[in-house]
Amino acid sequence: MRRIQNLMKTSEGAIGFGILATLMLVALFAPILSPGDPLRIAGSPLLAPFIDPAFPLGTDRLGRDVLAGIIHGTRTSLVVGIAAAIAAIAIGLCVGLTAGFAGGAVDEALMRVVDAFQIVPSFLLALAFVSVIGASVPVVVLAIALGAWADPARLTRAQVLSFRERDYVAAARVIGMHPVEIAWKEILPNALPPVLALSAIIVAAAILTEAALSFLGLGDPNIVTWGSMIAEGRNVLRSSPSLSIFPGIALVVTVIGVYLLSEGLTKALAGRRSEA
Amino acid sequence: MMLLDIANLSRRFSSGGRDVAALSDVSLTLASGETLGLAGASGSGKSTLARILLRLIPADGGTIHFEENDWLKLSGAELRRRRAKMQMVFQDILGAFNPRATVASVLDDPLRIHEIVPKAERPKEIAALLERVGLPASYATRSIREVSGGQRQRIAIARAIATRPSLIVLDEAVSALDVSIRGKILELLVELQQERGIAYLFVSHDLAVLRAVSHRIAVMEAGRLVEIGAASQVIENPRSSAARALIAAVPRLVTGLPERHHYDV
Amino acid sequence: MSALCEIRGLSVTYQGHPVPALTNVDIDIHPGERLAIIGESGSGKSTLARTIAGLLPAGARVRGEMRWSIGQAPLPGRDMGFVFQDPSASLNPVLTIGEQVAEGARRNLGLTWKAAHERALDMLERVRIPDPAKVLKAFPHQLSGGQRQRVAIAAALATGPGILIADEATSALDMIVQAEIVSLLDELVREAGMTLVFITHDVALASGFADRVAIFRNGELVEAGPVGAVLTAPENGYTRTLLASHRDLSTPPLIREAAT
Repeated sequence: MRRIQNLMKTSEGAIGFGILATLMLVALFAPILSPGDPLRIAGSPLLAPFIDPAFPLGTDRLGRDVLAGIIHGTRTSLVVGIAAAIAAIAIGLCVGLTAGFAGGAVDEALMRVVDAFQIVPSFLLALAFVSVIGASVPVVVLAIALGAWADPARLTRAQVLSFRERDYVAAARVIGMHPVEIAWKEILPNALPPVLALSAIIVAAAILTEAALSFLGLGDPNIVTWGSMIAEGRNVLRSSPSLSIFPGIALVVTVIGVYLLSEGLTKALAGRRSEA
Repeated sequence: MMLLDIANLSRRFSSGGRDVAALSDVSLTLASGETLGLAGASGSGKSTLARILLRLIPADGGTIHFEENDWLKLSGAELRRRRAKMQMVFQDILGAFNPRATVASVLDDPLRIHEIVPKAERPKEIAALLERVGLPASYATRSIREVSGGQRQRIAIARAIATRPSLIVLDEAVSALDVSIRGKILELLVELQQERGIAYLFVSHDLAVLRAVSHRIAVMEAGRLVEIGAASQVIENPRSSAARALIAAVPRLVTGLPERHHYDV
Repeated sequence: MSALCEIRGLSVTYQGHPVPALTNVDIDIHPGERLAIIGESGSGKSTLARTIAGLLPAGARVRGEMRWSIGQAPLPGRDMGFVFQDPSASLNPVLTIGEQVAEGARRNLGLTWKAAHERALDMLERVRIPDPAKVLKAFPHQLSGGQRQRVAIAAALATGPGILIADEATSALDMIVQAEIVSLLDELVREAGMTLVFITHDVALASGFADRVAIFRNGELVEAGPVGAVLTAPENGYTRTLLASHRDLSTPPLIREAAT
């Protein structure tokens, strides 16, 4: 609770939190805000925005409601972004913790794998993965996570290495605490916060990667995404630029929201530390 | 049989391509209820010795017998169980505690791990420990960050005596404290020793502190033990240059007007 | 003799702290003297040092006056040098020792890099670092704590400041190095006729070389005066407690040594 209060005290945190909370609500209540399949043909094609109150943001080439697309696209972006980040952090934590605690050859081997993943551009990795296995939401999530887990792994390992040398960890060993308990109770809770702050950046990157994959036609064809909407609008970019602009704005706002929240989180954590 | 018998202990570190002997061929013994002051400048190897003794870092060679166990050969659950008998108080009064800990959780851990008292009696035991080190039992609920430096060191001492050890290694245990608190902590340590027969290995660069509580003093220099003897003997009749340098470095209270006093009031 | 700096009614409150760190302090710093500011943790001694040095963090509220005899406050880094407790925190880890010692002299005295470099070498010799030419090219992490503190002193004195503020400059060092650094400071300050403000928790350390002492407790000045007078006939009960808790080799031990 204290942490959320600290977060809301920073202007970045408050704005970011506001944006993301709104987007979450939109995603959650998408079926109520815009009932029916957003991919269905709802009106006459290429209606300009702000003219017909039934289609405030107009329609696309096939007569699909743009607003409905954006509302339902929020779901895809957030679900894919957050799921990919959770997956990346989970993999990163496991690898980082193992490397940090095991040390020696295990550490060396794991860190070389991390290097390999960091060298390959994550977008190319995702692209290759999806084009080989086929596009569906779980595959996209996994593809993005594969390119994003290396950073949290490295950070987790560094944190573990720094904390395991602290005096209080030595004190825990001296009183005879079991190594597993030391890792779980003494090191993890203190080592974790910076890794969690990193997760927001992974969410933002994942949302962008998902949009880029959909833009290239590698998203799940059966659900609406902002990336596929932008790609769709590209064909009529000169006559109806709004078809690309609106999902583009949605994407920008979401990513900025995530970044602001992460900035606020970092500040709140730093504030807590200087207070101590 | 001595409580602690260290024989030919050595340890090398390689730093920046150079091989440095942090500890070479150190032997010493400690009897029950005795305080051995281990003095030396920084880099003399005294902290390395303490950390090897606590099994925090490995030794390269030599043996340690503690309570008739071949201490360096113990491992795993057996080592963890025996650790109850050898405890440590650290110099860093903040860094020696998990920043999230409360006073109660700090003291609960050793009681739980070594099953010193049944679970239901632990709160009572924690209160008794706190009172023993001169803190009110109501401190149990406080966060470790809310208590002052001197109080934290009292809690560290309470943690160290919780498992009823026969030896406590005090690594610069009063150096970070204010002068007026230092004396009280030293008195507490001496009282606990007389009451429970605990032996202390007191590591410090401050001979004045060691003089106050040590029966014997050992002096280290560049990883070697250069002098060991009764405290009064080492202080009054130092034989090594390292001991003489440590003695000369202790600031003396100059209460008379200094001769070179040139400022007129 | 007129004071170099007259401090009157000084109170300092840090942002977000309800209790002031210093309350209503009146003290003079005389030119050429060695003034020891003595106190335990929370006494406000470091706050006083930071206030004199103009190093208070943003948001600290300062009331009271600080009048300098030269009319304006000495320029930190040129007319006033500092040495802190932790030398590694005041040295930049990615610059060589030479660059750091020369930097201040170059910037504040308008020396060329070459002249500043020579000045740095000279300063390192004066703080008696072994093999100064080699240390000039070294990085802070390659030196021991005591050597780093010598370098910090050299850097602080490179611009030839009139006043040096040493805030717990020896507390992080072991006793032997502490004694060396104190005698070095003493000597350098005397040679240059500098004013030294020496902040410490150790009465005995200060008693060895200070001209005047000022005892602080809980943000208040308890007692100040010539070192001999304050330490032989302390007026304040706290000063007496502080003196009584001093322990050196002649203090009777707390234990009885077993007959050997």
